[in-house]
Amino acid sequence: MTGLPDGWEVVVGLEVHCELATATKLFCGCANAFGAEPNTNVCPVCLGLPGSLPVLNRRAVELAMRIGVALGARIAPSVFHRKNYFYPDMPKDFQISQYDAPINRGGRLELPDGTVVGIERAHLEEDTGKTTHVGGTGRIGGADRALVDYNRAGVPLVEIVSAPDIRSAAQARAYVAELRAILVATGASDGRMEEGSLRVDANVSVRRPGGPLGTRCEIKNLNSMRSLGRAIEFEAARQIAQCAAGGQVVQETRHWDEDRGETVPMRSKEEAEDYRYFPEPDLVPLEPDQRWQAEVAASIGPLPAERRVRLLHLLGAAPTPAQAEQVRSVVASDLDALVVAACEHGAPASLALARTANEVAAEPSSAARLDPAAFATLLVLEASGELATSQSKQVLAELLATGGDPAEIARRLGFEPMDRGELAGVIEQVIAEHPEDWARFAGGEDKVRGPLIGAVRKATGNKADPAAVGRYLDERRARGS
Amino acid sequence: MSPTALELAAAVRTAERSARDAVAASIEAIAAGDGAIHAFVEVLADRALARAEQIDAAVAAGSDPGPLAGVPVALKDNLCTRGVPTTCASRILGTWCPPYDATVVERLERAGAVVVGKTNMDEFAMGSSTENSCFGPTRNPRDHARVPGGSSGGSAAAVAAGFVPLALGSDTGGSIRQPAAFCGVVGVKPTYGLVSRYGLVAFASSLDQIGPFAATVADAAAALAAIAGHDERDSTSLSDPVPELAAAVGRGVLGRRIGVVKELVDGVDRPVAARAREAAEAMAAAGATVEEVSIPQLRYGLAAYYLLAPAEASSNLARFDGVRYGLRVDAPDASAMNVATRTEGFGAEVKRRIMLGTYALSAGYYDAYYARAQRVRTLVAQGFGRAFATFDALLGATTPTTAFALGERTENPLAMYLSDTCTVPASLAGIPAISVPFGADPAGLPVGVQVMAPALGESTLFAVAGALERAAPPERRP
Repeated sequence: MTGLPDGWEVVVGLEVHCELATATKLFCGCANAFGAEPNTNVCPVCLGLPGSLPVLNRRAVELAMRIGVALGARIAPSVFHRKNYFYPDMPKDFQISQYDAPINRGGRLELPDGTVVGIERAHLEEDTGKTTHVGGTGRIGGADRALVDYNRAGVPLVEIVSAPDIRSAAQARAYVAELRAILVATGASDGRMEEGSLRVDANVSVRRPGGPLGTRCEIKNLNSMRSLGRAIEFEAARQIAQCAAGGQVVQETRHWDEDRGETVPMRSKEEAEDYRYFPEPDLVPLEPDQRWQAEVAASIGPLPAERRVRLLHLLGAAPTPAQAEQVRSVVASDLDALVVAACEHGAPASLALARTANEVAAEPSSAARLDPAAFATLLVLEASGELATSQSKQVLAELLATGGDPAEIARRLGFEPMDRGELAGVIEQVIAEHPEDWARFAGGEDKVRGPLIGAVRKATGNKADPAAVGRYLDERRARGS
Repeated sequence: MSPTALELAAAVRTAERSARDAVAASIEAIAAGDGAIHAFVEVLADRALARAEQIDAAVAAGSDPGPLAGVPVALKDNLCTRGVPTTCASRILGTWCPPYDATVVERLERAGAVVVGKTNMDEFAMGSSTENSCFGPTRNPRDHARVPGGSSGGSAAAVAAGFVPLALGSDTGGSIRQPAAFCGVVGVKPTYGLVSRYGLVAFASSLDQIGPFAATVADAAAALAAIAGHDERDSTSLSDPVPELAAAVGRGVLGRRIGVVKELVDGVDRPVAARAREAAEAMAAAGATVEEVSIPQLRYGLAAYYLLAPAEASSNLARFDGVRYGLRVDAPDASAMNVATRTEGFGAEVKRRIMLGTYALSAGYYDAYYARAQRVRTLVAQGFGRAFATFDALLGATTPTTAFALGERTENPLAMYLSDTCTVPASLAGIPAISVPFGADPAGLPVGVQVMAPALGESTLFAVAGALERAAPPERRP
C-alpha cells in the first residue's frame, strides 16, 4: 500500500476502452489498422458523409461476447444508442455506443492475489478519430491549426466498466494487467497500451474506511500502467488534503499531466455535456441467439488464471516471488504455451520459465517461431553444465534469430563443453594457487565464492560454466576436504 | 399528352424511339418551362444525353437496357449522386459532391432510367411547401401562385409539368404524398425498409422512405419495382421478397374490404372530404366492401411526429459542422467555427427543428417528450393493426386542403405543420401509402386520395390505387 495517511481509503473504479482485434471497422469495411498514413483507411460510412449508413460488424460482436464470457458476464439483447456531442474528430458529431442495454451485463474479475473486482458492464462502441494540434505552442489552446486523422474513427471498442471495488494504485495496475491478459488470451485485443489499444479512465474517491463513498473524480489520459498508478496516488492524496483541510471534493473530470505528475480539471459536473442518448435508428437491436453464444463460448481457450496454475504446477515447489512474477508475465504475453511445450521436451521448468520470461519475451516477433524442442535441448545442455549460462543465452539469441540445432550453434560459436574431469583438475589447481581464499570459503565466507569462480573461468579462457564451478566448490566444502 | 414511362421504355427497347430523343425532349421541356416553375436546382443535360446514347447503343447491340430504358427521371436533391452536387437545398452543403451514388440511383440506372436533374425541396426535407429552400421556392404547375407542397415539391412539380414521367422523392411525414396531392400526380411512400435509404441524406432515419412520383399508377409501380428490395448497406432494409407491383395495378378491388378512416375525412376541408367520399363510393361500385372505421389514436400522430422527427434530425444534422465538407465560416476555435457555420448555413425552419429535437432529447425532458412520443407511435401502429384485422386497405384524404398560396403559411409554422396531419400516421406506423389524384376542388385544384395498406401490402395498395385511377373523374385542366 502506498503512503495514504492513516484513516483514509481510496476507492477506484476503472473504465477500460479496448480496441478489438478485428480486420475491419465496427460499421464499415475499412481496415482496422494502426499506423497507416492519415486518412487512408476511410470511406463514406466512417467519415459520416451525408447519406451513409452503418452496418454492424459480426466479428466485433463475437469478440465482445468473448470478453463477456471470459468475465462471467450475462450476454443480453442489446441496443445501440447515439451519444450526441460536438467534436471535430467525431465524424457524425455523435458516437454510436450502447447505453442502457449493453451486450455484456455484470461479471467479475479475480486478481492473482485473490481480490475479486466486480464488472458492471462491457459494451460495444465506435472509436473516434485523432486530432493533432500543430503550430504555435502545439497545445490545444495555443496551436495554429488542428489536423484530424479519421483512420481510427469507427474502430470497434469494448468499454469494460468495473465496480468501485479497487482499493489501491497497485490493485488498479493488477486489475488492468489481468484484464489485458484476458483480452489477449481471448483474442479480443492485441492489448498494446502504447498503441492505444487499451485506454484507461479511473474514477477515484476517498473515504474513511467503512464510511459512505466520497465524491469521485474521473481521471482521463492514463496511457500506461505507470501513469495509472501515479495518477491514482496523486489524486487520492489531493482529495485527502482537500477533505483534511475542511474542503469538499468537487465532482469533475480531470486530466492526468504525465510531465507535471498531477491531475488538472477538464470540466466540472455543472458544465458536463448532456449527451441526449436515444436509440440509434439506423441499426436494429442486437439479439445473439443461444447457438451463437454457445459457439463463441466454445471458441475461447483456457483463461490466464488457469494457465498460470498450469505453470505453477510444472514448477512443482512453491514459486519464489520472482518466479510468480515470471509466471504472470509469461501468461500475459501469451508465451506460456512455449514453457509448457519445452517442459514436455524435458527442459527444467524453472529454467524454461526464466528464459521465456526474459530473453524470449524480449524478442516478441521471433518468439512465435521458436521451436520448443530445440529450446528444450538447449536448456538441457545448460542444466547439465555442458553450456555456461552466458553461452546458453548466446545460443538462444541465435536460435531466436535464425533457428537451427542448439548443439550445432554452440559448436559454431566455439562453446566446446568442458569435460568434468578436466574442469575438476583446473579447479583444484586454482584452489592450490589461492589457499587463503579457499580457507576463507571453507570457513563459511561466501563472499569469496565469486572471486574463486572468476579465477577458474579465467584459467579456462571463460569456457567453464560458473554454475558448474560453483557446484563443485560447494560440494568440496560440504565434504569438508 | 406526354407518353408514360412505360410507353417510353417500350418504345426505346424496341428502337421505335431513341433514348437520346426522349431525354433531349425532357431537357428541352425543362429549358422551356422550368423558368416559371423552378422544379430543378440542377439539370444534367450533357451527362443525361451521354447516358441516353449508351442506352441506344445497347439497344442497337441487341441487349436489353432494362424496364425503364431511356426514361428521364428527376431526383430530389437529398439523394446522393456521385460527382454531382447534392445540396438538400441548404447553404450548409454548398457544392458538396458525394463520392458515391445512393442505392436507388444505382438501381434506377441499372433499370435503364436516365437522371436528367436534381429537384428543389424544403431544406433537409423540412417543410410542406418547398418554400424553405436556399434556391427559392418552386411553384405549383397547376397554379403558379400556389405552392407545390413539400418537401419533395420539385419532384412533384417536375412530373406534374410533364418535364419527366418519373421522379424520386423522400417521405418522412408526407413529403411525397402531400406534394403529389397538391400537384395532381401519383406519389408513393413504400413500407419502411422496402427501399434502401443508403445515400439518402437523413432527416429522421426511423421515418424516412424514398418513393416515386409518376403521372400514372402503373408508372409508379414500375419505378418502385426498380428501386425496391434488400440492400446490405442499409441495416433497416427488409430482406422479405418485394411484393408484386406491376401486376397488381389492374387487378381491381372486387371483394376487397376497404375502410374509410373517419379521422382522415371528417376534419379536412369540405371539397377534399367530398372527393374522398366519392372515391370510397367508386370503390364500392367497383365491387369492394366499403365501411367507415375510426382509429382515434391517429389524432395524436402529428404531435408525436413533431417530437420524434426533430429529435432524430437534431442528431442527424449535427455532422454539418464545417469540419469536413460544405460551408465553413472561420472562427478562432473549433467550437466557435461550428456555431458560426451552422448559424449561417442553416435556414430558420431547420434551426427550429434542431432546437425542438435537442430539447425533446435533453436530460429531464426525454421521458416527457421523446419517450412519450415513442409510446404514441406504438399506439398509432396498434390502431392501424386493429383496423387491418378487418380491412385490406384504408382510405382517406391525403391533405386537409388543396394547394395553398405561396407565402400563406411561411410565417405560421404550426399551420404549415398541420398540412401533414393526414400523412403522418402511416409514416409513424411504417406502413405503405399512396396518393392518387381524384378530381379537383371548385377552384380546379387537384385533390389527392390516400390509400394505406399493412406493411409489405403494396400489392393491395396498387390494386386499390389502380381502381381509383380508373374511377377518377376526367381531368379538367384550368
